[in-house]
Amino acid sequence: MKLFRFTKGYRKETVLSPVFKLAEAILELLIPLIVAKIIDYAIPAGDTGYIVKMICLMAALGAVGFVFAVLGQYFAAKSSAGFGTRMRKEVFDKIESLSYSDLDRATAPTLINRLNSDSAQAQSGLNIVLRLVLRSPFIVVGAVVMAFTIDVRSALIFTVTVAALLLASAAVVLAGVPAFRRSQNALDRVTGVTRENMTGVRVVRAFVREKEEIKTYDEATAKHSRLQKIAGNISGALNPATYVIINTALILILRSGAVRIDAGAMTQGQVIALYNYMTQMLVELLKLAGLIVMLSRSWACAGRVSAFLNEKTDSKTEVPPCSPSVPCGGDVPRVRFDNVSAGYGEGSEPALSSVSFSAYPGQTVGVIGSTGSGKSTLVDLIPRFYDVRSGAVLVDGVDVRETDAASLRGRCGVAPQKAVLFKGTLRDNLLFGNPDATDEELTEAMRLACVDDLLETHGGLDAPVAQYGRNFSGGQRQRLTVARALVRRPEILILDDSSSALDYATDAKLRRNIASLDYDPTVFIVSQRTGSVKDADLIIVLEDGEVAGIGRHDELLASCPVYREIHDAVSGGEVSG
Amino acid sequence: MKNKVSRSAVIKRIFASLKPYRFSLVLSVIFGIVGVSLTPAIPVLVGRAVDLMVGAGAVDRDGIGPILWAIAGAAALSAVFQWLMTVVNNRITYNVTRDLRRAAFRTLQAVPVSYFDSRAHGGLVSRVITDVDAVSDGLLLGASHLFTGVVTVAATLVFMIRLNPVIAAAVAVLTPISLFVSRFVASRTYGYFKEQAEVREEQGAFTEEIISSQKVVKAFGREEDVRRKFRDINERYEKKTVRAVFFSSLVNPSTRLVNSIVYASVALIGALFAVSGAITVGVLSSFLAYASQYTKPFNEISGVISEFQGALACAERVFEVIDAERETPSDEGRELPAVKGAVELDNVNFSYFKDRPVLRDINLSVPPGSHVAVVGPTGCGKTTLINLLMRYYEPDSGKITLDGEDTSAVRRVDVRRSFGMVLQDTWIREATVRDNIALGKPDATDEEIAEAAKAVRAHSFIMKLPHGYDTVLSEDGGALSAGQRQLISVARVMLTAPPMLILDEATSSIDTRTELEISKSFEDLMAGKTAFIVAHRLSTVKDADVILVMRGGEIVERGTHRELLEAGGFYRELYDSLLRGVSDGQG
Repeated sequence: MKLFRFTKGYRKETVLSPVFKLAEAILELLIPLIVAKIIDYAIPAGDTGYIVKMICLMAALGAVGFVFAVLGQYFAAKSSAGFGTRMRKEVFDKIESLSYSDLDRATAPTLINRLNSDSAQAQSGLNIVLRLVLRSPFIVVGAVVMAFTIDVRSALIFTVTVAALLLASAAVVLAGVPAFRRSQNALDRVTGVTRENMTGVRVVRAFVREKEEIKTYDEATAKHSRLQKIAGNISGALNPATYVIINTALILILRSGAVRIDAGAMTQGQVIALYNYMTQMLVELLKLAGLIVMLSRSWACAGRVSAFLNEKTDSKTEVPPCSPSVPCGGDVPRVRFDNVSAGYGEGSEPALSSVSFSAYPGQTVGVIGSTGSGKSTLVDLIPRFYDVRSGAVLVDGVDVRETDAASLRGRCGVAPQKAVLFKGTLRDNLLFGNPDATDEELTEAMRLACVDDLLETHGGLDAPVAQYGRNFSGGQRQRLTVARALVRRPEILILDDSSSALDYATDAKLRRNIASLDYDPTVFIVSQRTGSVKDADLIIVLEDGEVAGIGRHDELLASCPVYREIHDAVSGGEVSG
Repeated sequence: MKNKVSRSAVIKRIFASLKPYRFSLVLSVIFGIVGVSLTPAIPVLVGRAVDLMVGAGAVDRDGIGPILWAIAGAAALSAVFQWLMTVVNNRITYNVTRDLRRAAFRTLQAVPVSYFDSRAHGGLVSRVITDVDAVSDGLLLGASHLFTGVVTVAATLVFMIRLNPVIAAAVAVLTPISLFVSRFVASRTYGYFKEQAEVREEQGAFTEEIISSQKVVKAFGREEDVRRKFRDINERYEKKTVRAVFFSSLVNPSTRLVNSIVYASVALIGALFAVSGAITVGVLSSFLAYASQYTKPFNEISGVISEFQGALACAERVFEVIDAERETPSDEGRELPAVKGAVELDNVNFSYFKDRPVLRDINLSVPPGSHVAVVGPTGCGKTTLINLLMRYYEPDSGKITLDGEDTSAVRRVDVRRSFGMVLQDTWIREATVRDNIALGKPDATDEEIAEAAKAVRAHSFIMKLPHGYDTVLSEDGGALSAGQRQLISVARVMLTAPPMLILDEATSSIDTRTELEISKSFEDLMAGKTAFIVAHRLSTVKDADVILVMRGGEIVERGTHRELLEAGGFYRELYDSLLRGVSDGQG
């Protein structure tokens, strides 16, 4: 994993933290040796002065160890927080650089998880490693090393013990991890049923399903509970197993110790020191077992972040907020599609094929067709949110792939199909379109978008907007996104099904207002109803990505069966003139 | 004060939920006491063995043998009993978890629909899932840690006193200092953690919003701007994190420092006693072992106690759901005989909030088999009318009758069964296509299901799915288009064949051409049935027997399409704006 590069700038801390933890561990490991000295020499000799001296040394080692530990913790905190911050920054930068096609592939919840929970897990994982996990191997290895300095035969028992402990942990982890995964899946099911019964409460009650739902839920919770117990019982075996292994080793040490002491090869104090090392190992290993579970989760999260950062993405295309308009001759179309085909992802069916048309300043182009016919694809090609597969999109006679995406998008105003606003105030949201706009311009844009009534009812431009604009109705949000696009005074205005939630009267008024704009934008109106596009200078009728007809309203009514069908569906054939 | 009361009430509730597992609890306590109280015996045994191996030629090998066997026995027994205790505790904990979830779920099936309308679903789900987990981890497993901790402390103390009361007193007095130290550090850290959590929340809210609307950010070229904002929050977060993490991680070194002081004191007193001959070297080694392990249960106890606070708060939230006020059981009341489909509304008034009436004096009489369309601008009360018909909400005053029966007196389930409902927001659950269609009739045969699907023209696309009717659909419908999802909901209603229908903007999420294709399905569905059709597309409603035009919670006009057009009122206005839209082109 290449994530360690995020410790750059904190290299010193990242190295120093374990160094200090190691120093602390060494000091701790010296204590049993001091005790051995007291037992072997001072007690039999009755040298109380020596005892006091040794105890003072012990206390001093404890105090110095404390200072080392505090330094180690400080550097660990510094290093892991720095690591997390850099990682999050890079993830966020990467998200900001994603193209529309990238965003289609990665869903928002996934991205949010990478950025927030996954990187937080990775960060705390690093912190745990630096602070706690490294300590355990230090102590365990250190204890084995110290055992070798005391007595090689006993030290061999230590070595075998460590191997046995590793085996036992591996066995428990191997059996436990799949059990935990199964239990987690069962919990997902419980969560799913819970949520479904909230989102679908009306349907559940309409079909009088309450009893069946309770039965389903009882089954799901029973299964989860059973799997939880299995997983818990497996992982609960690790501590008793560790305990048994350590005590077996202790018995072996005492047995061989008795023989060695008897032969004069070891002292009583040394056996006690070995016993102390065994105890220290036990304490550390019990702690480590708990940490490993946490760590494996952090590792998985770090892996996901790393994979995301390494993912190949499309070209970087970024835009400054607004750019000055470029004058454009009357004979050059502002937007021209030249035999354009486009699609999402390689090898997929084209979402749009062989589209050609020209639109001039001041003209309105209607785009109509069923869901999935390629309407949004068509308009998304103009600001180059996506690239064409073949053919070319030209703005003012220049292929959009040859212009600066920044200035290109600066000239477009888009009201996207999904009408969302940002948390803040109405003013903040409108300024999103153009940060330099004055209050008068904002109010004017709202008037044009037929949403200026909100100024009175909600208390002016400072009216609060909730996340996603939830405190406004769908129709209000749609009109506000239109206003946001109008604030830019765009040369190309794209309304992607922006009036679907409006009643017909408001929709018509909105279109009249846009038609009256004095700066002659080229307007694209995407809609599912003929009423919204019938005044357009040009209507493109799409069906399954193909152009089914192109022309004016009355021409299409006469010549294009698809258009007529859509038209009749709305008016119900009632309209006779 | 109030806090205290509710907290003890919560604890009482937890104990009540443990009641079915009394026997297991007793077992757990016995296993725990046996398993835990054996552990402090081992240092004593080791000490005795050490005393038998004084030096070269002075080792009592025969005496050591039985002691080693005793160690083996104690360790094995303790391990087995501790594991048994874990098994029993898991049983209790995860059963209580299950019971709490089930209780909450049963309440959710019995609360009025308004309960869900007035609450964020995400929050409710997290109460049933996350908070219940916190209760089981924090309170139940926590309690078992607390119990073993206390037993360990007590048993160790007993063993120590028997070895030497003076040194035992020193250990017993000094060790709890580590508790105070860690408490002190924790209380200092709490503030830092809160600050950190605040910035984290800010960052979470910011990123969630921006990333969900990333395409808008891109379209308007505001990437640099949001990056700057993110960097700013991110850097503040780093500062807070360093502080919170560093101060909280002082707990371990501090308790270790206290621990080494205890250890040194025991070594000093013990060695001096040993010199004077009051204790043996073996006893000294036992005491040193106690001194290095005795802090552990104290730290565990203090950890559990601080977790208790959070877990109690979670438990309170869970009980809030379980205790939510239920409506009268939906199968209580008079039985409703088979309905022909005459619906009458008599002076019905309704409001969601007391001072804001939503429906005013609604009077309506619908003969069986007739189709009633309801039109009007957003917020005029159309959907509320449906809420009342389905008895999701009850009117403030007035009454609704079905075939002359006052619906408020009959069983809610009967009222609901007599309506088939198709809503704008389709609801597909994670289950097979078959189960999704058979929602209202779980015992339907495969033939019946296919029949219903064919009737609504859904059969052919279902057969094209990877596994036909056995294809598992995801909660958001996954591969299905909006129209296909809606057809599945229509098939559901088709299968149950109710005498009356409610279509609430059932086609507005479908584009007009698809609507045209499935309108035949709707016509078949509605044939001969009383139907309420809410729509803003006038094309959907013009064939209705009566059209109700609603505005501001009142029915302002009623009549057939033609009558209303001739009357030249609000309906005419709505229609004209549509007409302008459609027919101007034709001149």
